[in-house]
Amino acid sequence: MDIEELIDNFSFFESWEEKYQYVIDLGRQLEPMPDAFKTDEWKVKGCQSQVWLTPSFHNGVIHFVGDSDAILVKGIIAIVLMIYNDKSAEEIKTIDVAKIFAKLGLEENLTPSRRNGMMSMVCKIREYADAA
Amino acid sequence: MYDVYKIREDFPIFRELINGKPVTYMDTAASAQKPHQVLDKMAMVYNSIYANPHRGTYYFADAITQEYENARETVRGFINARHINEIVFTRNATESINLVAASWGRANLQSGDEVLISEAEHHANLVPWQEICRSTGAKLRVFAITDDGDYNAEAFNDMLSEKTKLVAVTAMSNVLGTIFPIKEITAAAHRAGAKVLVDACQFAVHHQIDVQDIDCDFLAFSGHKTYGPTGIGVLYGRAEILNTMPPYQFGGDMIDTVTYTETTYAEIPARFEAGTPASVQAIGLAEALRYMTKLSMRDVTAHEKELVSYATNRLHEVPRLKIIGTAPNKGGVFSFDIKGLHPQDLAFVLNKENVAVRVGHHCAEPLVNRMGYTSLARASLGLYSTREDIDALVNALLKAEKFFRED
Repeated sequence: MDIEELIDNFSFFESWEEKYQYVIDLGRQLEPMPDAFKTDEWKVKGCQSQVWLTPSFHNGVIHFVGDSDAILVKGIIAIVLMIYNDKSAEEIKTIDVAKIFAKLGLEENLTPSRRNGMMSMVCKIREYADAA
Repeated sequence: MYDVYKIREDFPIFRELINGKPVTYMDTAASAQKPHQVLDKMAMVYNSIYANPHRGTYYFADAITQEYENARETVRGFINARHINEIVFTRNATESINLVAASWGRANLQSGDEVLISEAEHHANLVPWQEICRSTGAKLRVFAITDDGDYNAEAFNDMLSEKTKLVAVTAMSNVLGTIFPIKEITAAAHRAGAKVLVDACQFAVHHQIDVQDIDCDFLAFSGHKTYGPTGIGVLYGRAEILNTMPPYQFGGDMIDTVTYTETTYAEIPARFEAGTPASVQAIGLAEALRYMTKLSMRDVTAHEKELVSYATNRLHEVPRLKIIGTAPNKGGVFSFDIKGLHPQDLAFVLNKENVAVRVGHHCAEPLVNRMGYTSLARASLGLYSTREDIDALVNALLKAEKFFRED
């Protein structure tokens, strides 16, 4: 599924319950992260829950695997990775994630007080892209 | 009669609707809402008599100085201190404790001495002692609580010795709700020759305080938790001890005479109140304490006690929910965990349901860890809390539990 399809799917939800139940389902389908990577080294700082993110670089693109111990955050990670995964560093830098989250109706996850690690994770992804 | 619904009308914030619905406020342990009496009083001061207290020779300065010193008298009465000069205004309870650590601690602690605290302290009554012990060479010791979060007299008495110079202990835990027997602790500490500081941040919100009865040497609490404004806190110190303590900060308002080479310092409490004070906040705090006293602290305590037992029963209806802190003598603070559910996930659904709770380590990280967690959800009660608030909390928890269940 690409992000346009996801935006399309999200437009059918009428309540927050439906929308976030779907987010939770996306989290449950997330590519699993081996426990060996769930260490401080890969931890994304600034989150209330634990969030881990690992990059791998091949054929000019970056592939990320992410996980969290909180269910909703895991779903949000799934969406963030759908946005950023398997793209070149240059492409990553041009993505306007706030705009996409607004289209999905998930902009509340970007507020600083929410602190679900969403912004910290996006910053980390951009850092990896800058370093690539 | 204690009419909680009538009392709620005093709090303008409860008329606010979020997404068309009222908010269930269950985060009073972090900060309490304010009755209009406090807000009106502060507006009156700014609108009608505002000036810098203690400095002017004109009407406004006199009027606000009078109100500010009356506020000190109100605080004295609220905790039954002997003299108004035993009441020091600070920014918050954290500053009150830092003042004692920096002033009394630096002057009285040395290598070989011990400061004794409980496992149930929040960071404000832990980190200042860590720091002053590190710099003076004294040793910080921490006495254990029981696994259900209760005071452990044996652990306390085991660690108390002639080396103990200070016992700093909470009167009511902000995580567990446990009420500590501070009078008993103070008596034991005094027999061992130690001074006692009571952290009354949570206790003051719900209970009558009598520093002469407790017989403690210091006591700290915050204005914003006792239905008053932010930016004001109280340190009570026994006059004989405050008199021996050096100033903590330096500048205006705390001096007697100043030359370019030497300064002599003012008497207590001015000696500890350097700079322009938070006068309007102090006056607002006094109004809040008057508000509580007028309701009768005994009735406030009784109302919350009734809610504590109601909440304890109702929370058990939530599958897999465990209350952390189940001491028999417990105030209106409920930390809990729902097995398999991250507190942050819980908080998301609760927020959607307009239920305001706190999630995290509650500024008491070692305590939350000691109870076996890294993060907990916490619902706390105030004098305006109702059974309906608890029902709304339980319904939202049931919804959250169902929402995240994998089936």
